[in-house]
Amino acid sequence: MLKIAVIGGRETVMGFKALGLETRPAANADEARRILHTLARSEEDYAIIYVEETFAADGDMAREIARYKDLPKPAVILIPGREGPLGLGQQALQEAVERAVGSDIL
Amino acid sequence: MAITPTRMVLNQLKGRLKTATRGHKLLKDKRDELMRQFMDVIRKNKELRARVEQGLTEAFSALTVASAIMSPEMLEQSLLYPRQSVELGMRFQNIMSVNVPVYSFKTRSEDSADIFSYGFAQTSGELDDALTRLGEVFQDMLELAQVEKTMQMLAQEIEKTRRRVNALEYVMIPEMQENIKYISMKLEENENSTKVRLMKVKEMVLQKAHNFQY
Repeated sequence: MLKIAVIGGRETVMGFKALGLETRPAANADEARRILHTLARSEEDYAIIYVEETFAADGDMAREIARYKDLPKPAVILIPGREGPLGLGQQALQEAVERAVGSDIL
Repeated sequence: MAITPTRMVLNQLKGRLKTATRGHKLLKDKRDELMRQFMDVIRKNKELRARVEQGLTEAFSALTVASAIMSPEMLEQSLLYPRQSVELGMRFQNIMSVNVPVYSFKTRSEDSADIFSYGFAQTSGELDDALTRLGEVFQDMLELAQVEKTMQMLAQEIEKTRRRVNALEYVMIPEMQENIKYISMKLEENENSTKVRLMKVKEMVLQKAHNFQY
C-alpha cells in the first residue's frame, strides 16, 4: 500500500495526523531535507510527500525537491504553512511552464 | 566535411533524410498535442492550488484559535492517536506515451465525520472545526498532487520533444541536405571530367589513325 507523508513544522503537521496521514515534523529546512531524502529512498512506498513551503525556500531543499520532479514517484507537493501561502507553489507552476514552452507565457 | 562523395553514400543520405523528415513531422505533432494537454493541466493546477491554499489557510487559522484556547499538551494529546487512516492506490495513465499517475484513495472509515480522535468533552469546538476543514481540503490536496505530478512529467516530455524537433529541424535536416548537394555536385563534376577526358582521348586516337585534323 502506498503512503502519504507530510513534512512541516510541528504545528502544521499536527492537524494532518488526525486525517490519518503520516507526519514528520521538522524544525528547520536542513532537517526537512534529510527527512525527505530518507522518505523518498525508503523501502516503503511514499507516493505523495507534502512539504511545507517555508522549508522549500532553502536552496538545498529546493534542489532536493527538484530531483524528484522527473520521477513518477514520489510526488513532492508544496503546501502553505501556518503563515499562509508564500507563492512558492505558484512558482513551481511557472517553472514547469517555462521548462515546457521555453519562456514564461502566463 | 568528412563524407565520401559516392553514389552509395548519396543513396544512404537520401534515405536518412526521408526518415528524418517524417520523424520531424511526427514529433512536431506530438509536441503540439502534448502542449494542448499541458495547457489544460496548467489551468486545472492553478485553480486547485488556489483552492488548496485558501482551504489550508482557513484550516490553520481555525487550528491556531484552537491552540490558543487549549493547552499545547492537551492539543497534542488529542491528536496523538488518529482514528482515521488513508490507503492510497496508484495506477498509471498514458498521455501521449507519458506515464502519469492517477491516485485513488480510501479512508478506513467511510464516514468523513469520523476523524475526531478525541472525546468532545475536553476539547474546544474550534479544534473540531479545524479538523473538518482540513478533511475537506484534503480531497483537493490529493487531486493537486496528481495534477502537479502530471504537469511536471508533461513538462519534462515536452522539453525533450521540443529539443528533438529543433535538433531535427535546424541541425540534422539542413546538414543532410547540404551533404546531398555536395555529393551530387561532386558526382557531376567527376562525370564532366570523365567526358572531357574521353573526348580528348578520342581526338588523339583519331589523329594517330589517319592524321585527322579538326
